[in-house]
Amino acid sequence: MIVAAFSDFMQQVVSGLASGGIYALLALALVIIHRSTGVINFAQGEMATLSAFVCWTLVDHGWAFWPAFAATLALSFAGGVTLQAVVIRPIQAGPLLGIVILTIGLLIAFNGLDTWIWGGAAKQFQGPFSTAPIRVGGVAFSKQDLGVIAVALVAVVLMWLLFSKTRLGLGLRAAAVNPVESRLVGIRVAAMLALGWGLAAMLGAVAGVMAAPSLFLEPNMMQTVLLYAFAAAVLGGMDSPIGAVVGGLLLGVLLNLVGTYVHWIGGELRLATALAVILGVLLIRPSGLFGRAALRRA
Amino acid sequence: MRVKLSAFALGALVLVVLPFVLTDFRTVQLATVGAYFIAILGLDVLTGHSGQISLGHGAFMAVGAYTTAILMANHGVRDLWTIPIAAGVAGVIGLLAGVPALRLSGLYLALATFGIAVVLPTILKKFDHFTGGSTGITLFGKPTQTGHGVGVWGLTNNQWLYALTWTVGGVVFLIAWWLLDSRFGRSLRAIRDSELAAVASGVNRAKYKVLAFGVSAAFAGVAGALLAINVAYVAPDTFPIQLSLYLLVGAVVGFFGSIWGAVFGALLIQFLPDIVGLIPHVDTKQAGPTTLFFGLVLVVLMLVLPIVLRAASKLANRSYFGAQ
Repeated sequence: MIVAAFSDFMQQVVSGLASGGIYALLALALVIIHRSTGVINFAQGEMATLSAFVCWTLVDHGWAFWPAFAATLALSFAGGVTLQAVVIRPIQAGPLLGIVILTIGLLIAFNGLDTWIWGGAAKQFQGPFSTAPIRVGGVAFSKQDLGVIAVALVAVVLMWLLFSKTRLGLGLRAAAVNPVESRLVGIRVAAMLALGWGLAAMLGAVAGVMAAPSLFLEPNMMQTVLLYAFAAAVLGGMDSPIGAVVGGLLLGVLLNLVGTYVHWIGGELRLATALAVILGVLLIRPSGLFGRAALRRA
Repeated sequence: MRVKLSAFALGALVLVVLPFVLTDFRTVQLATVGAYFIAILGLDVLTGHSGQISLGHGAFMAVGAYTTAILMANHGVRDLWTIPIAAGVAGVIGLLAGVPALRLSGLYLALATFGIAVVLPTILKKFDHFTGGSTGITLFGKPTQTGHGVGVWGLTNNQWLYALTWTVGGVVFLIAWWLLDSRFGRSLRAIRDSELAAVASGVNRAKYKVLAFGVSAAFAGVAGALLAINVAYVAPDTFPIQLSLYLLVGAVVGFFGSIWGAVFGALLIQFLPDIVGLIPHVDTKQAGPTTLFFGLVLVVLMLVLPIVLRAASKLANRSYFGAQ
């Protein structure tokens, strides 16, 4: 009895970590853009959906999964850089809310584009991992969950290496913290901001492609995931990459456990629980778990 | 002032004449435009004048629509009388939402209201004993409550809906005009342009920001009530996140900060599918192209508006110096 309960609990934790890994990737994308420009990119989820559709199309044309995945990441990176250069840079100096409203325009536009090209019907996306269970110490885990967790971890570690161990990462961080002085020491700030969008689009693509096999691929696929990513980013602190990852994993596990063991909430109020997390954190501790409170001169 | 009064009179005249020259189908479409018009007015009070962004105004419309639907379907109230009640309920909820909103900066308010709009349909489905769940509430077959205008002054049912919506729309417009021209509106704009300066000049920041939320939500509630009466049906999917985002597009198209543009935004929301359908080889039976163009309109406007405004202020400056 207890063993069965424990095994059930562990399964929920692991599958929570898998969805949490996806939230963490998208949250990390949001945080990278927010840190460098102070903007919340509402189109992040729809950009990820577009990437997933691109990957699906390549696979549909007979590509093997991993080459298609790599090509999708490259295309997404290029797309993110282009998007920043074409539509964000011209109004970069303007009011923040203007840029936010523009990203909402992008959200709507990408959603329409996906629907136009691929139609509204859900598509089956055959992922690289089988859904067969694997038994570890009497507990059955899904290979897909473990695979998604592994991919998310690799992506996060690569990002961390890039940001903290390379010269380019130093430039990215410097441009985010103090653009004016970075320019004075010779960092190409505009290029860094575009690179930030490229990296964010790429992380989003990983999230989108990893989410597609379990969610079914359709134009609105990432809409709810975006809300979970918001919750993860807010929980961890909008300016903290570590916070986004921890927040995402924490949220994934929390939502799974609450959904399983609190029957009144169940699956139906999963989104509402994420919203409660957002509102609760914003009202009680706006800087989140890992963020630093923004000081403002009145 | 005289120009504005004439514009209002002209607009009213056009609205009175339109149903006599248009088909019944267009008339009922214009009734829906009236509901969007009122909701955009509400959004304009909140975002355009008090500077608080809402990406979730569809939620307040849903509150109004469900108030009307529940009162009509379960309590036998006539449609007309549900409109002020819907305004009241949505307004009170707006005031309550306005208090925590005081603590959120612009970016986070956008995030929170977006979240509310995304989550709302799932909550409506969960509390199904109250809201009818996914099936929603039907208001068909209540001839004593709806469509009681049929036969009155020779109006068809659709003409009656049109007349009702735009009469309410006209009244709400006058209220908005009066409010924004009064101390209330001036205080809102002072807060929007500089909270610090406004507070230093004695404007009660909290009071006016919360009031703006209440007024704005009450308008949206009226819009929702009218939408429910027009389509005689409400369901959770009547109020998806897209509705809230389209209202924002409408408000931006209608030039934030001026209630006179709201009608253009409302027309765009209703008729963009028809406009996009004019493009050769584009099939608007599928939602994709229209949605894409909604987004593009917003993106292009956000890119172009700053340039237009800068050019306009340059022109204004030049004429100012010219006068010297």
